[in-house]
Amino acid sequence: MHQPPLADRRRTEVLRQCLSVGVATGAYGISFGALSVADGLDLWQTMALSALLFSGASQFAVVGVVAAGGSGAAAVATSTLLGMRNGLYGLQMSKLLGVRGLRRVAAAQLTIDESTAVAVAQPEPSAQRLGFWGTGLAVFVMWNLMTILGAVVGNALGDPKRFGLDAAAPAAFCALLWPRLKSGDAAAVAAVAAVIALVAAPHAPVGIPVLVAALAAIVAGLLPSRRREDLGDADTSPEDEAPG
Amino acid sequence: MTLWSTVLLASGLAFSLKFLGYVVPHRVLDGAVVSRVSAMLPVALLSALVAVQTFTANGGGLTLDARAAGIAIAVSALLLRAPFLVVVILAAATTGTLRALGWG
Repeated sequence: MHQPPLADRRRTEVLRQCLSVGVATGAYGISFGALSVADGLDLWQTMALSALLFSGASQFAVVGVVAAGGSGAAAVATSTLLGMRNGLYGLQMSKLLGVRGLRRVAAAQLTIDESTAVAVAQPEPSAQRLGFWGTGLAVFVMWNLMTILGAVVGNALGDPKRFGLDAAAPAAFCALLWPRLKSGDAAAVAAVAAVIALVAAPHAPVGIPVLVAALAAIVAGLLPSRRREDLGDADTSPEDEAPG
Repeated sequence: MTLWSTVLLASGLAFSLKFLGYVVPHRVLDGAVVSRVSAMLPVALLSALVAVQTFTANGGGLTLDARAAGIAIAVSALLLRAPFLVVVILAAATTGTLRALGWG
């Protein structure tokens, strides 16, 4: 399957998104490293979580449950619950990337909120692939380096919340989703999913509200599309031709 | 369970879940309905994630703090067609500044 190469301008644009998401997310690795060591994991265990588990929310959950005196089983269960959405991302990423063998293993490991968000934000298949790999690798490198830094020097650089970095991630996801929301169906799915998650949040264990919100996508997929042209926007499989 | 087995088991399960998405055969995913669902899944999950990251406190309770202000500014910037990086920096700066001033 040969795709036309990306224009330089688009390439730069996508890579800039990859790097900024990598830096904003990676910076949180400092928090993770510092917290993990403070909560009783050693440097190697902390590094293993960032390299092998590589999913921020799940990592914070493992460390949090262990610190609260919870059992290993509880830590694993919470982490796994939070990791389920990565499997759902994998369904769509698998279609967009079309990878086999070792590249498929690497792609799976890099399948997280950030890489998926940058990939699905791109209209053309070659940019989707660049966005996925670029963001996945940028976050992986930054996250692991910052984890080590945090574990070694602690929170000497200050809590990332002081710099508002906890708003940077949702803001980046908003910006990445923005172009998709021009399709009425996608905007409705996004709005309903957000409401479902917020209604569930006070009553469900961490990780569940976001998963329950997937119902919005399932219902939207089962309903017939209201207009034919909405289909083109919603379906971003690589076989799609870019709109002329 | 030792700390190491917790770390390795959680990591193994996390990878298995990620990989699971990639081993579902494409022909299962190519049907019209499944295609529409899987294309909408990232939109639904990410939008839900934004809502949870913006409006919930540590125990899951709803809250309105400096993060909400940051996201409101980000959305305004998007409406004004600001570039990606500007949107992200404005959100962080708004939230950070409000916290420095003692709100949220």
